[in-house]
Order: sequence, then structure tokens, then C-alpha cells
Amino acid sequence: MSSATGATEAPGPRGAATWRSAELVERRGETPNASTLTFDVSGWPGHHAGQHLDVRLTAEDGYQAQRSYSIASAPEDGRVALTVERFEEGEVSPYLVDEMQPGDVLELRGPIGGWFVWHIADGGPLLLVAGGSGVVPLRAMLRHRHANASHVPARLLVSARRAEDLLYSAELAELAEADDGFELLATLTREAPAGWTGFTRRIDREMLEEVAWSPRELARTFVCGPTAFVEAAADALVGLGHDPALIKTERFGPTGGSET
Amino acid sequence: MTPPISRGFRRRHAADAEQADRVPPGQYVVTDFPVLSAGPTPRTPLEEWSLEISGEIDAPRRWTWEEFRALPTETFATDIHCVTKWSKLGTSWTGVSVDTLLDGVETEAEFVLGVCDGGYDTNLPLDDVTGGKAWIAFDFDGVPLEPQHGGPARLLVPHLYFWKSAKWIRQLVLMKDDQPGFWESNGYHNYGDPWREQRYWGD
Amino acid sequence: MNDDDLRLDGNAAAGLLTEVFAVEMTTALGTCAHCGATNALGTVQVYVHAPGTVLRCPACTNVLMTIVRSHEHLHVDLSGVRRVEIAG
Repeated sequence: MSSATGATEAPGPRGAATWRSAELVERRGETPNASTLTFDVSGWPGHHAGQHLDVRLTAEDGYQAQRSYSIASAPEDGRVALTVERFEEGEVSPYLVDEMQPGDVLELRGPIGGWFVWHIADGGPLLLVAGGSGVVPLRAMLRHRHANASHVPARLLVSARRAEDLLYSAELAELAEADDGFELLATLTREAPAGWTGFTRRIDREMLEEVAWSPRELARTFVCGPTAFVEAAADALVGLGHDPALIKTERFGPTGGSET
Repeated sequence: MTPPISRGFRRRHAADAEQADRVPPGQYVVTDFPVLSAGPTPRTPLEEWSLEISGEIDAPRRWTWEEFRALPTETFATDIHCVTKWSKLGTSWTGVSVDTLLDGVETEAEFVLGVCDGGYDTNLPLDDVTGGKAWIAFDFDGVPLEPQHGGPARLLVPHLYFWKSAKWIRQLVLMKDDQPGFWESNGYHNYGDPWREQRYWGD
Repeated sequence: MNDDDLRLDGNAAAGLLTEVFAVEMTTALGTCAHCGATNALGTVQVYVHAPGTVLRCPACTNVLMTIVRSHEHLHVDLSGVRRVEIAG
């Protein structure tokens, strides 16, 4: 169970280098193409919002496959959750999204990463910009914020193709309604449903100028998603006068995670 | 300690018995064409492109793109095998045989280093790029080779692991002594025969 | 697929770097031996869709580090890094 509440140091390397057995507790469909899997992990050392982990699957014939996924849960959530998007040609994601059942096991290693993390102690305002499944580590940051009843001003701008592809839409809407200084904005790039009041185009400088605080506010900014998305957003923010040192980026590969 | 088995998980690519004699050990067959790269895709304009043969040679040779494309070509099908375990069967290429480029060359070199835009290099015995075993390829599947796959031209040496088929080739440097290239310096086998599964040092 | 898609950042190499250095490295600062630029390793260019993992300087794209996993070994070439500064 998590022991990281209030921790300010990254869990030690020896802990993070060990493969741990993890049992699936729940698999919940988030969208037609993505599921959130919640695990009980023996000896999990805890993590920070924004970190990721490695997953390893072993088949009966001994064949192994390994992938990286951002941790979707906050440190305070106790159990470790991942949100996985199905990649049609994939080997691991179809198994995780469609087949794995409560009681099944896999191995996890981590947490990994110290750059792309946010703690409430880091302060804000907090600007989060997500392309597709890039919202996963940012959702962990928002859950961490909420779990600590923080009122650090926060805004999430999420980009997806269609409304049905938006991850965590109900949960994020609920967080926004809690009126604790969190605002949710979204843009749909392919198709919007009737009555949609959000943006309807790829993110660009004008949209970010509307959404971001003034550069004077020195917002801590996290941008996550495919490389082209991340670089367009980060370049636009720097072009608007935001300090590059306050912008942290995490690029996902074409399959959403990384293969090793 | 044996790792826990993930119930129902299995490898995606199962071996196909029909193709077994064309698939080296440890490989699986793909139908797409995976793109692997260690760096940004170079974009040399054709008017700036040249191919050179240099090093241990009586007289260095150089072709512009027009001169290169005026050379006799061959179109053929072959199987390719990447050290990352995918194999693609029956790939169709058009290229200039390295024998054509070396025709009449006087050299005591026994090795060649392929040097590429972007800084990549790879080494081979001269014997492995002559005698009809290697080409400078510029068309794949009947159309110009895409930049992500090595266009405008790549070295093609299908009997060895595909890291030897250097993308964005610009020079063949003939050498008396062997000199390991990029991956060969970083743990990959100096020769790279897929049929003997020579992936890493010591294999 | 467009060209950009294969280029990731240091976060994609974080796990591998911890295997090599035994500490978290994305917050470590690396200085490029070629151009002298210093950057947090979490921000360097990383290519993983290759026979190995290649880290490149975000300023000049020269290779900083190459890491290859063979049967029993991790081969690490650090010749593109002049200096690394690890926090803590």
C-alpha cells in the first residue's frame, strides 16, 4: 500500500528497480478504446504524481513483453492505477484493455521519473496541457491536488479527436464543479457533438493565450502527449512569453507508451 | 524465482511453419515496414546529394544524383531481417549494384565503412558487399524510397542484419583494417549473420 | 507517421537510466561534449525505436549517450557527455 503521502524525496533506486507482483482489482472502461486498471501491488513504495512505471507480462511459454505507462492514480489513492489505450496492432495493450480480469497478475517496476512530477508544495498556478492519452499523468496531479484539498489555481486544457475519446470526462467535470479553483477546458479536433461549448480545432497560440495565465503569474506548466502536440504547445507558450524553465514536457511515442 | 504468469497473455507474432526456411532463428514475420531510427531524418536535397567511394582506392569516385541514376540498375525481391527480431519477406527494391560502383577499382582494402547523412556508419567486409550481395537502393516497392526508410538512397545488404543496410548512405570508405561502426561499437556483433543469430558481441 | 513521432524526450529513457546509474537521472544535468549545452536529462532528445536507446543533445542533436541491452550486459557509451551533475 502507498506510504508516500507527504514524502518529498523520490523513492529510492533499489525499490524502484525491483519487479513487483501486482494483482488486478478492477478494470473499468473509460472510453471505447481505453480502460483504467487498478492493482494491488505488493511492497509498492509509493510514487509522485506524474511518474510512470514499467509493466511486464509473462506468457505460459516464458515469452515476456514490457511496456511503460504513466501512473493514473495519485499517491494518496493507495492502489496503483494505469489507464491504457488500445493500440490495434499492439501486443500488450489489447490484453490489458480487453482481456485482463480481476485476480490476474502482472509485474510492475517503478516508480520512474523525477522530472515530470508535481507536488502541491511546488505551488502554482498549475497549467496542464494534454494531447490524447497525455492526460493520464496530469490526472494524477489533479487527484493529488484534490486529495490534499489544495486550492492552488489549476487549469487543464485537453485535446482529443472526439468527445467519446476524452478520458475521465465525468471525473474531471466533477472536480471542476467542486469550485476549488480548478477549470477544465477541452478541444475536439475531428468532430464535436451538438451543443459542444469547447474549442473545435488543434491547439494553437491563440487558444493557449486564452487559456493560460499571464506569463507574469509564473504558472508551473506540464505538457504531455504525442511529440508534435507537445512541441507545438510548448513552442506557443514560449512564444507568448512564458518562461521555458517553468514548462515541463513529456512526449509519448506513436503507440502511446514506449516499447523496450 | 519464476515470474508470475499473466493468464491468457501470449506473443502476438506466432511462427508460421510454411515460411520457416526463410525466417532466421528468433525472428518473426511482419507485413508492415517498421521504422527504426537513432536520430532525426536527414533531408538532403537531390541537387546537393552525392555518393563517393574513397579511402584505400586508386582514384576516389563520385556521382551526383543524375550520374548515379544513369548507372545500370537491378530490380529484385529479397527478404530482410532486423536485429530487433522482425523479418519482412519478399521486399522489392531497385538499386545499383555495389559491383557496378566498384567496377575496375584497384584496392587492397578488405573492409568498407558505410558513412551516412546524420552521422550513422556501419562496417562490413568488402567481400560482403561484392559478388552480387549489395546495392545502393533508391526505390522500394516500385516507388522512390521514403526518407524515413533511408531515402533518397540506402545501402542494401540483405544477407546481414538490417542495421548494416545503412540509411541515407553517402560514402563507401574502403579500409585495409576493420573499424566498427555505430552499433558495432555499442554491443552489436561486428558481422551480423542472421542465420547464425549474430546479434551481439560474443554471439 | 511523421518524422517527429520517433523523437521522444528523456522521460522515455528514465527507467533505463536508473538501471545504468542506479539513481533517478531525468533531473540530472548533462553537458554536451560537442556544443557545451547543459540540460536536464529529462529534456534531451531520446530515440527508443532502434536497436538501442540513443540520447541526443537538444541544442545540436549530437549523440550524448547510447545504451544497448545485449543478452547479459548493458553497453553504455557516454562519450557524448562531458559532464553529469546529479542532484542530492
